[in-house]
Amino acid sequence: MSGMLDISGVTVRYGDLVLVDDVRFSVEEGEWLMICGPNGAGKSTLVSAIAQSAPYTGEVLFEGEPLRQMRPRQIARRIGVLAQSNVALYAFTVGEVVRLGRYAHRAGFFGGRGGRRGDPEPGGPGYDDEAVVREAIERTGLVPCERQSILTLSGGELQRTFLAQVFAQDPRVLILDEPTNHLDLPHQKQTFELISEWLRQPGKAVVSVTHDLNLVKAYGSRVLLMNRAHIVAGGAPDEALSPENLQSVYGMDVHAWMQKLLSHWS
Amino acid sequence: MVERGRYRPVVWVLFVVATLAAVVVCLSLGSVRVPLPDAAREVGRFLTGRPAFDKTVWSIVVTVRFPRVLVAGLMGASLSVSGCAMQGLLKNPLADGTTLGISSGAGLGAVIAIAFGIQIPALPFAGTTIMAAAFSFLSLLVILTLAYQIDRSLSSNTIILLGIIFSMFIASLSSIIITFAGEKAGTILFWTMGSLASTTFANAALLFFSLLVFGGILLSMRRELNAFAIGEENALHVGVDVKRTKLLVLISVSALTGICVSVGGTIGFVGLVTPHMVRYLVGPNHLRLMPAVLFGGAIFLMLSDLAARTLFSPRELPIGVVTSLIGAVIFVNIIVAAMRKVK
Repeated sequence: MSGMLDISGVTVRYGDLVLVDDVRFSVEEGEWLMICGPNGAGKSTLVSAIAQSAPYTGEVLFEGEPLRQMRPRQIARRIGVLAQSNVALYAFTVGEVVRLGRYAHRAGFFGGRGGRRGDPEPGGPGYDDEAVVREAIERTGLVPCERQSILTLSGGELQRTFLAQVFAQDPRVLILDEPTNHLDLPHQKQTFELISEWLRQPGKAVVSVTHDLNLVKAYGSRVLLMNRAHIVAGGAPDEALSPENLQSVYGMDVHAWMQKLLSHWS
Repeated sequence: MVERGRYRPVVWVLFVVATLAAVVVCLSLGSVRVPLPDAAREVGRFLTGRPAFDKTVWSIVVTVRFPRVLVAGLMGASLSVSGCAMQGLLKNPLADGTTLGISSGAGLGAVIAIAFGIQIPALPFAGTTIMAAAFSFLSLLVILTLAYQIDRSLSSNTIILLGIIFSMFIASLSSIIITFAGEKAGTILFWTMGSLASTTFANAALLFFSLLVFGGILLSMRRELNAFAIGEENALHVGVDVKRTKLLVLISVSALTGICVSVGGTIGFVGLVTPHMVRYLVGPNHLRLMPAVLFGGAIFLMLSDLAARTLFSPRELPIGVVTSLIGAVIFVNIIVAAMRKVK
């Protein structure tokens, strides 16, 4: 294996319970890898391990280097995470939350700016923090509420603020854990469109846990189907989500259910 | 600049002017009222190393009031910056420097020193201070060891729960000692309510250096505190070294709180309420909030101390009583105003 991200033999235990068991796969540049499966399959735990926020055994390599040995800032420059939901307590502005995404790009312990203004080369030595923040805010359509307190935002706007933060963080791999779980349809669509547009930049990849199989089919370039701590199928969406695979994982005829739901729209 | 949404440079000028004004007023007012120019003149002569112009005014302003005002200001700044850091770190608006239980530990040290008449041979009056400082350090060791045993990630809930348990345990030990302390119980009670009477320039120097070192560490972690105040998980994802930040903040806050308690007893509410007052003025961004809280805390405690020694003069109120009284009223007002704002 030599993808952008290589996961080899990753196992997560909680006491005697094995939540993820010897999982291995790799993620290539430009790919949107969808991880699906029933509740309790170990999907969220797996992405937490990849994001280095859950203890695991095995190896997670980024371009051949083990993430485990990197410092938090180094990890954050490579892996960005959009959590399922965030609860706000203090009245930070949207701009302040987005700007925090640049934390990993700032110099050293005593802070200071990460780069000079006006350098046109993103990621280069003179990387302009403010320009990246501006771009993230514009890209997510947050310009009108940039100075607004996050306490006054709707769920959709708050999620978009954190999406803008992770865009400002400018990671190589974006990890999403059911990012649109509590969002209405327009916000769901908007989030997926924004991520898919972000993915078109060179050298990026997305790994996401997604329950909605329609979204998986529409946006995923590859699918891993998980059940009971293991990956039971993997490949192109149509191939991995075959009626047989879905039947064995979900214990129901998913295809017939989807058809039935769709028939109400005709 | 977007980040400066609610920020005006003039706020800083106001903070500096208000702090200096509070110093001058506190020097001038008291059981004996000294005219402002006279007070300023003697302090000016003291600071430039010249002898007294008027010996009586000098002894009131420079010898008695100036160290006390300095101690109040430095202690207010230390307690408030500690409270602000804890409220950010734990993402909990009810946290302050006492959340971890260090001040209870320091209090126990002082209670033991007073009850058993413990004195340090070279420093006859410093027994209480040194015992309190030593016990606050011991408390930190105990709490961190326990926290690591229970939960290696030092989660916010573990810290808060341990702080509560530790404080209650220490409070019961203190109560046992006070029960058997006889006529010293009164002295102990007065001490636990906080007092800045008979503070010295040496106390001020100790507070200044602890604020310089530990306050400096806390101020250098303003970005990290922002990340924590938005959410610990988010802090981890944006690249904050979560464990290291927690450890540094907890150690610095403990040191600051321990030293404050050892000098002036337990002074409640300052660390809790000042960050809220200042957050109301400059917003929640720690880049501005932390330095502003230094000024806010200094002003609040200097004025509280002024009230403590003048309201029922010549009788002096324990300063902890004053801070709690004023703090509670201000706190309720802020909460009501903040809720109206959100609506």
